[in-house]
Amino acid sequence: MNLRWVQSMISSEAQLREKMSLFWHGHFACRIQNSFFQQELLHIIRTHALGNFGDMLKAVSKSPAMLQFLNNQQNRKLKPNENFAREVMELFTMGRGNYTENDVKEAARAFTGWAFNAAGEFVFRKNQHDTGSKTFLGRTGNFDGDDILNILLEQKQTAQYISRKIYRYFVNEQVHEENQLWLGNRFYSNHYDILKLLEDIYTSDWFYDEKNIGTRIKSPVELLVGIRRLLPMQLENEQSQLLFQRALGQVLFFPPNVAGWPGGKNWIDSSSLMLRLRIPQVLSANDVLDIMPKPDDDVQMGMREIAAKKIKDTVKGGTAVIDWPAVNKIFEKTQREKLLEKIAASVLQTKGKVSNAVLDKYLNTASRENYIKSAVINLMSTPEYQLC
Amino acid sequence: MLIKRKEFLQVGSLATASFMLPKFLKAFERPMMVPPGNKVVVVIQFSGGNDGLNTVIPVRNDIYYRERPRLAIAKDKALSLTADTGLNPALEVFKDLYDDGSLAIMNNVGYPNPDRSHFRSMDIWHSASESNEYINTGWLGRYLDAQCKGCDKPTQAMELDDVLSLALKGSANKGLAFKDPRKLYNTSNGRFIKDINSDHSYGEETIDYLYKTMSATLSSAEYIFKQSKIHPTAQIYPNTGLGKDLKTIASLIFSDINTKVYYVSLGSFDTHVNQDNQQKRLFTELNDAVKAFTADLKSNNRFDDVLMMTFSEFGRRVSQNASNGTDHGTANNMFFVSGGLKEKGILNAMPDLADLNEGDLKHTVDFKNVYATVLNKWLGADDKMILGSKFSYLDFI
Repeated sequence: MNLRWVQSMISSEAQLREKMSLFWHGHFACRIQNSFFQQELLHIIRTHALGNFGDMLKAVSKSPAMLQFLNNQQNRKLKPNENFAREVMELFTMGRGNYTENDVKEAARAFTGWAFNAAGEFVFRKNQHDTGSKTFLGRTGNFDGDDILNILLEQKQTAQYISRKIYRYFVNEQVHEENQLWLGNRFYSNHYDILKLLEDIYTSDWFYDEKNIGTRIKSPVELLVGIRRLLPMQLENEQSQLLFQRALGQVLFFPPNVAGWPGGKNWIDSSSLMLRLRIPQVLSANDVLDIMPKPDDDVQMGMREIAAKKIKDTVKGGTAVIDWPAVNKIFEKTQREKLLEKIAASVLQTKGKVSNAVLDKYLNTASRENYIKSAVINLMSTPEYQLC
Repeated sequence: MLIKRKEFLQVGSLATASFMLPKFLKAFERPMMVPPGNKVVVVIQFSGGNDGLNTVIPVRNDIYYRERPRLAIAKDKALSLTADTGLNPALEVFKDLYDDGSLAIMNNVGYPNPDRSHFRSMDIWHSASESNEYINTGWLGRYLDAQCKGCDKPTQAMELDDVLSLALKGSANKGLAFKDPRKLYNTSNGRFIKDINSDHSYGEETIDYLYKTMSATLSSAEYIFKQSKIHPTAQIYPNTGLGKDLKTIASLIFSDINTKVYYVSLGSFDTHVNQDNQQKRLFTELNDAVKAFTADLKSNNRFDDVLMMTFSEFGRRVSQNASNGTDHGTANNMFFVSGGLKEKGILNAMPDLADLNEGDLKHTVDFKNVYATVLNKWLGADDKMILGSKFSYLDFI
C-alpha cells in the first residue's frame, strides 16, 4: 500500500493532487493497523484533496479509520470518550486555544453513537446517542455530530487555521501574517474550496518572492519521490524505500501521532541529514548503506530483528539501476559549457547557491555521460537539494 | 606511566586550575584521569514494553501467581531481594548491585491516562508531555538546548543508534546518534561534504540551519572520534549490541569529552508470545553488558559519578494471555544503578495487585518526577525550564 502510493506520486500526471493528498494525510493523521480502513481513508482524502474541506472533514470524521483511531467506538451516552471531539477541534479545525474544556465535553456528547459496524460502514447508534441539549461554542441545541462539524466550519478560525497550515506547506514556514489572513478570509468566503485557495496562492505576487522560494525542507517522502521523478530507476528491492522512510522519520500510514509529522526543521538532525546526503550516492552505487532503523513495535510486535535484517540485507551494496540514457536525453541539446548550469537549475529549486568551483572539482569529465551523472548525483548530495 | 602528548593536552585543558600544584601529576594516573564529580547519566531504554512484574517479582503475592499460572516466576527461582520480592533469574548482576547498595528500584512509575500504543507512549516518555499533549522536542533535547546555547558541538547528550530518538531532539539543538565513533567519523569525512561545507558562507535561515547542522556534525564527529581514542577501555565486554554500546560509552566516559548524557536502547520487549525466552535473552544481554560496564566504572573510579537508569514505555498486564505472553499494560518499574545513590534498594511499595484499573497497574510515581530529580540533582540543570513546569524531587540521589 505504501509502495503503491509512492509509485503513483512518482508517475502520476496529477502532481498537485498527490502533493495535497500527502498534506491531508499528515493533517488527518491516523495510525491504525487495519490496512483496509487506512486504504479507505486515503481514498477519501484523495477524492477531496482539491475539493471542499468541509466535505472532507465530514467524510473523514465518519470513516472507520478515524472513529477507531480516536476511540469514538467507545464514546457512549453513559460513558463519553472525549478523544475524537478534542482532536477534531485541536488538530482538524480550529487549533488549540479557541475552545474550552466544556466545549470538548459537550461536543463529545454530540458525537456519542457515531460508530462503524463489522462491515466497516459508518453507523449511527441511536440508543448510545445523548439526545439532550448541549451548549457548544456559545450555542445551545440538541446537537448531533453533524451539527458540531457545521458549527466548526462556521467559525472563521477554522478557515484561518487550515489556510495557515497550507501557507506553511506551500509558501514559507515563516508566515507573513497579513498575506495569510487575506488567504484565510478568502478561503472562508469561498466556502472552503481548496482548489480556489491554491489558486489564490499561485496567483499571488508574493508567492514568487525570492524569500519564498526554496525555503522549505522536503519531507523524507518528498525527497525520495523527487529523486525518483528526476532519475528513472529500477530498484533492486522496492522494500528499501521503506527502510529510507523509517530511517528518515516518515513512514506513510504511520504518522507519529494524531498531530501528524511535525515537519520543517524537525526532519533534520545530524543522522538524518547525513543519510539524506548519502542516499543519492547509495542509489547510484557509489556508497554502501548499513543502517538499522528503530523498531516499530506497534507493527512488528516484537519481531524487530527479523524484519529489519531482511531489508538491511537488500540495501547493502548497489541498490538501483538508474536509467542514465533517459537522463542524458533531457540535456542532449545543451552545450557543454552551459551543462552544469542547466543541470543545477533542474536539480535544485534554489538558484545556484552551490559554488561551481567546488562542484567542478568533483565532476567526472571522462565523458559527457559521466559528467552529467556526477553533476546530478553531487548536486543531489547537497544541503540545497533538501529544500523546495 | 608515560603520558602521551595528545593525552597531556587533552587533560591539561581540563585541569588548568590545578596545573601549578606539585601534586598535579597524580591526576594523570589512570584512575584519576577525569576529576571526580563530573556527573554522567546513561539511559537504557527497554523498547517494546518490558514486563515489570517478571522483572521485580512479588514472590509472596497470591494474585500474581493466580493471574499468571504459566508465566509466574517461582519464589525459589527468583533472586531474593527481600522476603517479598525477587529479581528475574537472568539479572544476577543486578542482585549483586542490590547487595552492595548500588541499585535502587522505583516501582509503579507511569503517567495519568496511559496510552497503550508503543509509539505514542514512547513519545510521551520521550517528550515528557501529558498524554493529551503533542510536543516535538524531547526532555534530553531540551536539556541539550540549555547546555549548548551558542556552542558549536551539541555533544552534551548523545545516542548510540543509527537514528536519533525524539528524547534527544531539542528545538535549537539535536543530539548526535551513532553506533561507532569511527564509522561516524568516516561517513562525515568525505571530501565533497567538507568542501561544500567550508564553501558555504551565508544564506537564508533554513539553508543556514542545514549547514549549521552539517558543520556541527563534522566537528562533533571528529571530536568524538578523537576522544574515543584517548582512553579506550581495557575491560572485556560481551560481543552483543548493548555490550559494544556500553564499551563505547565507557571509553568516552574515561576521556575528557563534555558528554553528560548517553542514551541506548535494548529490545524488543514486546512479549505477546512466548515471553520467557525473549525476556530471558534480552535480560542476559543486559546483565552481561552491565556486568562489564559497572566493573569497568569501578576499576576506573567513575562508578560514583555515573548514574545508569532504565525505563520502558509501559509495563504489561497483570494477567498472562493465551499465548504464554502478556499484553500492553501501564505503570512499570525503573532501575537506578550508581555508586553514588542516596537511597538504595526498593524505594517504594510494590504494585498493589488488588487495586487495578481494568486489569492494569495504577501508577504512583509520575516519570516526570524522576526526570526532574535527575536533571536537577544529578545534572545540575534547570528542570523547571526543561520540563515546562515544576515537579517535586525524589530522594534517591
